[in-house]
Amino acid sequence: MGIDRRNFFKVLGVTGATLALGKEVAAAEQEEEVNDAYGILYDVFMCGGCQTCEFTCAELHNLPAPEDVPEIGISRKTNDQRRTVVNAYDTSGGEVAVKRQCMHCLEPACVSACLTQAMYKTKEGPVIWREEKCMGCRYCMVSCPFDMPKFEYNSPNPKIIKCDMCYDRIKEGKEPACVEICPAGALVFGKRSELIKEARKRIMEMPEWYTDHIYGELEAGGTGFMYNAPVPFSEMDFNTKLQKRSYPELTKGFLYSVPTIFILWPTILLGIHEATKNKNNNQNKIQDDHA
Amino acid sequence: MREASSYTLSKDRTKESTWKFLLQELKPKGKLLTPFNIISIPVILLGAVIIAIRFWKGIGAVTNLSQEVPWGLWIGFDVVTGVAFAGGAYVITFMVYILNMRKYKSIVRVTVLNGFLAYVFYAGALLLDLGRPWNVVNPIIGNNFGTSSVLFLVAWHFLLYMVAQLIEFSPAIAEWLGAKRARKLLSGMTIAAVIFGITLSTLHQSGLGALYLMAKDKIFPLWYSEFIPILFFVSSIFAGLSMVIFEGSISHKVFGDQISEKNKGQHHSILHGLSKICAGTMLAYFFLQVIVFVHGQHWNLINTPLGYWYLTEMIGFVLLPLILFVISYRKRNILLIKIASIITILGIIINRLNVTVIGFRWDAANQYYPSWMEIVVTLAIIFTEIWVFRWVIRRMPVLRESAFSLTK
Repeated sequence: MGIDRRNFFKVLGVTGATLALGKEVAAAEQEEEVNDAYGILYDVFMCGGCQTCEFTCAELHNLPAPEDVPEIGISRKTNDQRRTVVNAYDTSGGEVAVKRQCMHCLEPACVSACLTQAMYKTKEGPVIWREEKCMGCRYCMVSCPFDMPKFEYNSPNPKIIKCDMCYDRIKEGKEPACVEICPAGALVFGKRSELIKEARKRIMEMPEWYTDHIYGELEAGGTGFMYNAPVPFSEMDFNTKLQKRSYPELTKGFLYSVPTIFILWPTILLGIHEATKNKNNNQNKIQDDHA
Repeated sequence: MREASSYTLSKDRTKESTWKFLLQELKPKGKLLTPFNIISIPVILLGAVIIAIRFWKGIGAVTNLSQEVPWGLWIGFDVVTGVAFAGGAYVITFMVYILNMRKYKSIVRVTVLNGFLAYVFYAGALLLDLGRPWNVVNPIIGNNFGTSSVLFLVAWHFLLYMVAQLIEFSPAIAEWLGAKRARKLLSGMTIAAVIFGITLSTLHQSGLGALYLMAKDKIFPLWYSEFIPILFFVSSIFAGLSMVIFEGSISHKVFGDQISEKNKGQHHSILHGLSKICAGTMLAYFFLQVIVFVHGQHWNLINTPLGYWYLTEMIGFVLLPLILFVISYRKRNILLIKIASIITILGIIINRLNVTVIGFRWDAANQYYPSWMEIVVTLAIIFTEIWVFRWVIRRMPVLRESAFSLTK
């Protein structure tokens, strides 16, 4: 099956990329929809686990090159030394390789958690971290449902490390480095709405190759980085129980109550204070007692 | 505030005598070799060394924090738990200034002082935990307002509440310095500061819980619910009051010479009143917890190690002290009130740590345990606070009757 699959995804990758790029022009002409920023579609089925994305990413961001390889049973994680990792899993559909990195949520928990706007959702789509604003509180790490922001614990001038979808390259009109370099064509960069169409098309046209689930289409309110896969995502260590609503919505109720309390409380407190004061005033002098 | 008072002061006294007075006040009063000093001084010195290492080598050099568990003891205990215990200040000021319950007036100053120092030191401990503390002013000044962040709200509230508490306490400072006019001015601001302070406290006591709302998948389900903010707020009432009872009992022993006979006599009556409020709010809290538990439908999780621990918290550290409080004010038993308050304090520590540390990423491959250095720094912060508390008590009219009210 290995050779078959390899040939298959080469062809598919080329067509996929062409489709996505071709439609990108058309998409730009349409009126800009909310949330239709750039994203990446990654196909587990096509990925051979060669780690080229890891090497390129490390080189581009001045991080050490990876020294370990994907291995079944070992969960490699992104950390302050690497922004993306590829892991291997033994699934019902055979061995697969899965790339992990920041999901670039449409409504990111980290961005809503950040009290200095250091975590920032760009209009282009990538979620980036801005060094000059960050105070290193790590609330983004507490909030992120994907556990993606990583912290340099062993530095007196620590940074938050995570994938930024090569934001600088996107601004120059280039694709993210991992997308450009991927020899299997497993990564496609484009407008998110086009990527969803492409992912659906693959599932529709080749239901025997793909599980009927685009991870990231709805998870956590939708993410910029999305996955096609041949087997259910629960077999590849994905959290499939994530809520479909966005994570910032969890704090909205609380934050909305703040102005209400700020208006109601002082009024009520002042009222009670006046009421109780008058009662006691008749009994004894209390005027100077508020000290 | 200090400037204002010393300005007025310089009119009352000569400048030279003011300086002499301040220098004289800076000197230690009392014995140096007390058991507390012998224990606390080495811990504070060691803590200072560890803090230096932390700023030199990074947070990872002294803590066990990991990429999975980015907040540990310094946030979970120092900040989240410490601030809950400081809740006594807003409850007592509410009772005395808003409800005009004059009985509790004698403990207002010491409670506000305690609250203020708790915020200064425990919120101050937050600076140690910040990776890039030089940017801490960003959310306060400049154009970096992350207004959608709960932490933004909490940070601002900490800052504003510290100012409010300083204003509430400032008459005592003015009396200490003998600044009559400043005292009058500052006393006039008390009610405004109290109302502002209670509003801020409501929001940031619950806000500390709301911080964890987005960590939905990371906290053991028995401790996570959308009601965390309400639970944190309600529990801060009896957490703060239990601390007032506990601290009051110690102060009456250690600083007995400062307290007038009249106030000593009243103290038991105050404790009875506080134990009633504790019992009432704990009953409400317990029922909230029951509702949250039933609503959460996590019966299957009870039969796990963490499930037993959850039951221990609810029965041993909420229901038990609640019953003890009820019995203690029916039987007028002071010792029982003190025991109940200590169990409540332990229960609050357990609850806050369950949400922030023990239940947080309970499923992580590498479990977090605080390093000995994190514990030493925490102890050093607590000890330093007690040192400052003691310094103030020995000098300012906090526990003793203020000379100003007597002359009037």
